[in-house]
Amino acid sequence: MSKIEFKNVRKVFEGGLSVLNGVNLSIENGESHIILGQSGCGKSVLMKCLLGIFKLSEGDIIVDDLSVNDREHRKEYVKKFSVLFQGNALFDSMTIIENVEFGANQVCKDKIKCKEIAKEKLLAVGLEERVFNLYPAEISGGMQKRAALARAISLSPEILLFDEPTSGLDPITGGIICNLLKDTVKSLGVTSITITHDLKVAEFLSDRVSVLNKGVLTWTGHADDMKNCGNAFVEHFYKASNIILKK
Amino acid sequence: MKLLSTLGRYSLATLQEIGSVAIFTFNGLKSCFIPPFYFKEIWRHMVIVGFYSLPIVALTAMFAGMIIALQCYVGFTRFNAEGAIATVVLICITRELAPVFAGLMVTGRVGSAIAAEIGSMRVSDQIDALTTLGVDPMKFLVAPRIIAGVIMMPFLVFIADIIGVMGGFLISTTVLNFSVGSYITQTVQNLEIIDVISGLVKASCFGFCMVCFGCYHGFYSDLGARGVGNATTSAVVASCIGILALDYLLTALFFGK
Repeated sequence: MSKIEFKNVRKVFEGGLSVLNGVNLSIENGESHIILGQSGCGKSVLMKCLLGIFKLSEGDIIVDDLSVNDREHRKEYVKKFSVLFQGNALFDSMTIIENVEFGANQVCKDKIKCKEIAKEKLLAVGLEERVFNLYPAEISGGMQKRAALARAISLSPEILLFDEPTSGLDPITGGIICNLLKDTVKSLGVTSITITHDLKVAEFLSDRVSVLNKGVLTWTGHADDMKNCGNAFVEHFYKASNIILKK
Repeated sequence: MKLLSTLGRYSLATLQEIGSVAIFTFNGLKSCFIPPFYFKEIWRHMVIVGFYSLPIVALTAMFAGMIIALQCYVGFTRFNAEGAIATVVLICITRELAPVFAGLMVTGRVGSAIAAEIGSMRVSDQIDALTTLGVDPMKFLVAPRIIAGVIMMPFLVFIADIIGVMGGFLISTTVLNFSVGSYITQTVQNLEIIDVISGLVKASCFGFCMVCFGCYHGFYSDLGARGVGNATTSAVVASCIGILALDYLLTALFFGK
């Protein structure tokens, strides 16, 4: 049985801007799924629809028999997810450890235990103790990404969402973060959805890839099959991602 | 026809905005009474609203008291009523100037900061992050600020009352050659508790108004630096107008016939 099911998901914003035009997708339990697509194709909107931040214009998203449209079971539904946002979304007014503690506090009410969980998660993502009491603005982008991941996993989620996890990072740090994400997903045994436009990230992290184009899922399959999948857009996307710019 | 449709569009947009502010305010108020309560956040905002705004409010109140004393002296000498200066300073400061000036100054300092902070949180997905952590943004972001504004503004205004009256006293006794004893006697004799209470009630309402507009405009700010800038401006303008309108309503309620 699938863990997450998108059923004819449509999202039209005020003013008539249609971003998602009937997305159908099924994601298995424990799967590492990638949503790939160009900038502005609706990837982040799809993620916000999945989280219930945006109300669906039409259709439904089912996670373990819970519907995103069911406002009565909203808390139960949201508790299944943890998100690593593109810009990290760490709270500016809190230190790094307070950010993670704040996340842990949502699942554990014992303050001492929360602090222990926060320390454990921060160490697990490779942050040193000297940065624990610094504010997000005082550390590098890579460290912020690690801290945001620590906060995400402190919630003990069933599903991890990564929104453009390597954006704004240099290739070396991006690679380290990708490895960290892969290890984290593997060690926790959770279902993960990664939203990216970076084919290399998709190839590295994915069990399966779905390609989104103009609000429609045009293809779903294994990353290795993208090159010769028979879908013109997907093949074009694949080739464009592998172009080496010459002088 | 075009003029009519434009007028209609603006009217509908204005009504929609008013409705939206009303719903937001109601939800914000409701979240102040429903647990969980974030005491650390409440304390943080009490310090921001109360402690850090104190110097600017005190300074404004002192100058207000000094100016009234001077202006009254100039005006009252025309009909030999200089003796009423102490009473006028007292009533002006406690009923009107301390709460209104404090409200406007705190709006400039704190209301704008609230809109900018929440607007930045919206832009950088921090509000969405709260939702995904299972935290109600109204309870975490709005309720502590409302509580802090409503509680701390009367404290600020009470201190402003004292400093404002002191400002009038200082000018009257040093520049205008009033006797210290008679000025104090006149002030004490004419001090009515309703004057002070009405000012404190006004302060609380102004604090509520300032926080609600700040939070609302921050919450619904457009994305980008320009959006946050516009949200801040809108918050300050709306709060100032709201404070003055509320001032009239409350004055009519307390002292109207």
